[in-house]
Amino acid sequence: MSKDVTNILLVGVGGQGTLLASEILSEAFMLAGFDVKKSEIHGMSQRGGSVVSHVRFGDKVYSPVVPEGEGDILFGFELLETYRYLSLLRPGAKVIANNFRILPPSVLLGKELYPEGLADKIASRFPGFLLVDGLELATRAGNPRAANTVLLGAVASRLDIQENHWLSAIEKMVPARALEINIKAFQMGRAL
Amino acid sequence: MKEILSGNEAIARGAFEAGVKVASAYPGTPSTEILENVRNYTSIDSSWAPNEKVALEVAIGASFGGARALACMKHVGVNVAADPLFTVSYTGVGGGLVLVVADDPEMHSSQNEQDSRNYAKFVKVPMLEPADSQECKDFTRLAFEISEQFDTPVMLRSCTRISHGKSVVELAEPVSGLPEPKLVKNPQKLVMLPGNARIRHPLVEERIVKLAEYANSLGINRLEYRSLETGIICTGVTYQYVREAFPDASTLKLGMIYPLPADMIREFSEKLTTLFVVEELDPFIEEQILALSIQVTGKKIISLCGELSPERIRNSFANAGLIKPLEVAEHVVEKLPSRPPNMCPGCPHRGVFYLLNRLKAYVTGDIGCYTLGAMQPLNAMDTCVCMGASISNASGIVRALPPEEQSRVVAVIGDSTFLHTGVNSLMEMAYNMAPATVIILDNRITAMTGRQENPSSGYTLAGIEAPVVDIPNLCRSLGIKNLQIVDPYDLPTTRRVLEEEMARPEPSVIITNRPCCLIKDECRFQKGKPLSVDQDICTGCKACLGIGCPAIEWQPDESGRKGKAWIDTQLCTGCTVCQQLCKFNAIN
Repeated sequence: MSKDVTNILLVGVGGQGTLLASEILSEAFMLAGFDVKKSEIHGMSQRGGSVVSHVRFGDKVYSPVVPEGEGDILFGFELLETYRYLSLLRPGAKVIANNFRILPPSVLLGKELYPEGLADKIASRFPGFLLVDGLELATRAGNPRAANTVLLGAVASRLDIQENHWLSAIEKMVPARALEINIKAFQMGRAL
Repeated sequence: MKEILSGNEAIARGAFEAGVKVASAYPGTPSTEILENVRNYTSIDSSWAPNEKVALEVAIGASFGGARALACMKHVGVNVAADPLFTVSYTGVGGGLVLVVADDPEMHSSQNEQDSRNYAKFVKVPMLEPADSQECKDFTRLAFEISEQFDTPVMLRSCTRISHGKSVVELAEPVSGLPEPKLVKNPQKLVMLPGNARIRHPLVEERIVKLAEYANSLGINRLEYRSLETGIICTGVTYQYVREAFPDASTLKLGMIYPLPADMIREFSEKLTTLFVVEELDPFIEEQILALSIQVTGKKIISLCGELSPERIRNSFANAGLIKPLEVAEHVVEKLPSRPPNMCPGCPHRGVFYLLNRLKAYVTGDIGCYTLGAMQPLNAMDTCVCMGASISNASGIVRALPPEEQSRVVAVIGDSTFLHTGVNSLMEMAYNMAPATVIILDNRITAMTGRQENPSSGYTLAGIEAPVVDIPNLCRSLGIKNLQIVDPYDLPTTRRVLEEEMARPEPSVIITNRPCCLIKDECRFQKGKPLSVDQDICTGCKACLGIGCPAIEWQPDESGRKGKAWIDTQLCTGCTVCQQLCKFNAIN
C-alpha cells in the first residue's frame, strides 16, 4: 500500500452539501501540488439517502475509492452517518463531525429510535474526536448555511496545506456573495 | 493548464478539443453530466433527445453530414439504441462518430449491471476504456481519430467510478482544420438495402481484423513490467485498483478493450510466470485470451457481480490461496437505523402512491423518482422492469386476468419516461383496448437524474424556450377516450378519479399536473406556506405518518408508548397532503 496517500471520507445525508465540501478539498490539494482523486455516487442516493465521498491525495493516487480500513480522516456532516462509517477508518484516524442529527425514515415513523450517546461512542473508539457545533458557529459567522465551511476549517487545521490554497479553493467554489461569510466560517473552524 | 475534472466533464472537454459539432443524449446516471458539460461549449450543438435511439440517430445524421458527432447514454440506454448501432457499424461514418456508454457496476442507480463491453464485440466496433479523467479527455479525442481512420463508429466505455470520479487533467487546445460538413451522395454506402448491406458486411469483418493489428501498436495499450512473477491484464478503473492492490505486479493496461492486441498479450504471457485478468462483471477479456490458447486465470477467482476495489481484489486472491489471508480489523457489528433514499418533502408523487396503496391497486411501475413508491410506508409498486414498461406490462397483465382482477391494474410513469418509450406502449394499449389504468405523473422535468429538460418541459438543454408536447392531446390522438387531469395535492379528487378510472373496463389515462418541487424556476414550482401540528389537538393517531414525508417526525413522550407528530418547517413545502389525512384538523 502506498503510505504517502492521505485518505479522507466525507459522510452525510444526500442534499447536505458533501459534494461542495469535497470539491473544495480536492481543489486545495491540487493547488498544493498533489495528485488528487475523488469519488462519489450521484443519482438515487441523493434523495435523502446515506452518502459517502472519497477524497485521496498524495504524490501518486491510483484508486479513486479509499480502501476499507485505511481512512485517515472522517469528515461527518451528520452524527449517525459519522458513526455508521467508522469501520472505513484505520485505528488512530481523526474524526471530525457536525453535532447535527437528521432522522432516518424509520425514526420519523416512530418504528426505531435514533441511537443515543453516539458522540461518546465515537470518542471512545477515536480519541481526539472533535464534535463541532457547526450550525451555531456558522450563525455567528453570519449564515447558518455556512456550517459545512466551519467543519471544513476544522478539517483543514489537521492537514499540512498552506492557508492560501484553502482560500483560493473556497474563492473558486463559493459564489461571490457568500464568500466573506464562508471565509469567516472557515477561520472559525480552523481555530478549533 | 490543469483542472480537476470528473470523468464526465473530461469527456465533454475531449469532445470540445476533438472539434465535435453535434452532441445528443438522453439523461441517465452515471452519464448525464457529459451533455450538461458539453452545453458549456458554444461551438457544439448539444441537445436532449427523447430517448437513446433518437440520440444516436441524431449523431449518426450529423456524422453522415460530415461533422464529428457524439451520443451519450447509460448502459441500458444502449439497448434502446441498439437498432441503429448495429447498422451504423455497416455504413461507417462521415465525420467521426463516438458513442459514450457509462456502465453502473454495483447498480448504484440502475436496474441491472449489464456489461456493455459485450456490445463492442456484438456490433463489431472498437471500444476504448479510460482509467481516469485525463484518459477520458484524451481517449475521447483519440476515438474520433480512430473513427475517421477506420470508417467506423467508436464506443467509449466509462463506469460510475470513472464518470463520477474526479482527477487532475491537463487541458489542450482544440483541433483545427477539420473538413467543413457538406452533403455527399453515397447511397451504396449509406442505404442499407440488402444488396448494399451484403457488400458492407465483409468490409466490417476486414475492418475489425485491421483494428486488431492496429491495437498492437496503439500507445494506449501499455506493457508495464515490474516483478515477472505475476502479470495482470486490466483496464479502466480496475487498473487503478490492481496497481493499488499489487504494486509489484506487472500489468498489461488495455486502453482499447476491443479488438484486443493479440501480439502484446502473447508477449506479456510469455514473460510472466502466472497470468491473470482482473475485470469487473463479465469475463469479456478473459474469454478472448482463452480463445488465443493462452492460459489465464480470471473469473475462477474474481466475482462476476458488483464493483471491484483494491480490497475486493486482494480478498479474491487470498480466498484462492494465492496470497496470505488479509488481517481483518474487528468491527462492532451493530444494527443502526438504515437511511434509504426517499421522495422529497412536497413531492407530488407521494399522495398518489398513498392512494394506490389504500385502493389495493396492483401497480406496474417505471424508471424514475417515483420508483421510490415501492418503499415503505407507501409500498405501492409491484413491478418495475425498464423505461416505458409500466404501460405495456399493465396491458399484458390485464389480458391474463379475469375482469374482477383487471380493475386493480394501474401503470405509473413519469412525463420524461412516457415520452422516452411510454408513447408506443400507450399506443399498443389503446389500439388493443386493454382495460388498464395509466397514471402519467407529469412533474414537468426529468427529475431523478437531476432535473433535465425534456420535450414537454418547455425548455431545451440550453435553457431556450421550446415547443411543449401536449401530453393530454397526445394520449387522445393515440386513441385514449377516457382521460382526466388531476391535482395530486388534492387527495379526495384524486381518489375519486382513481376509483372511477380503475372501475372502468376500458383503457384510461390520468395525468397529474404538479411540478417537481426541486425545480428552481418559480414559474414552474412555488413553495407554499409551511404547516405545523397543533400539539394540543394532535391525538397521536399517526395517520399523517402514513405518507412517509421526511418533514413529519414522530415525537414519542416519556413513556415511549404514546407521542405526537411534529412538522419541520424548514423542510415542509406546504403541499397539504398530510393536512388532508388529519381527521382532527391538527395540521394548519
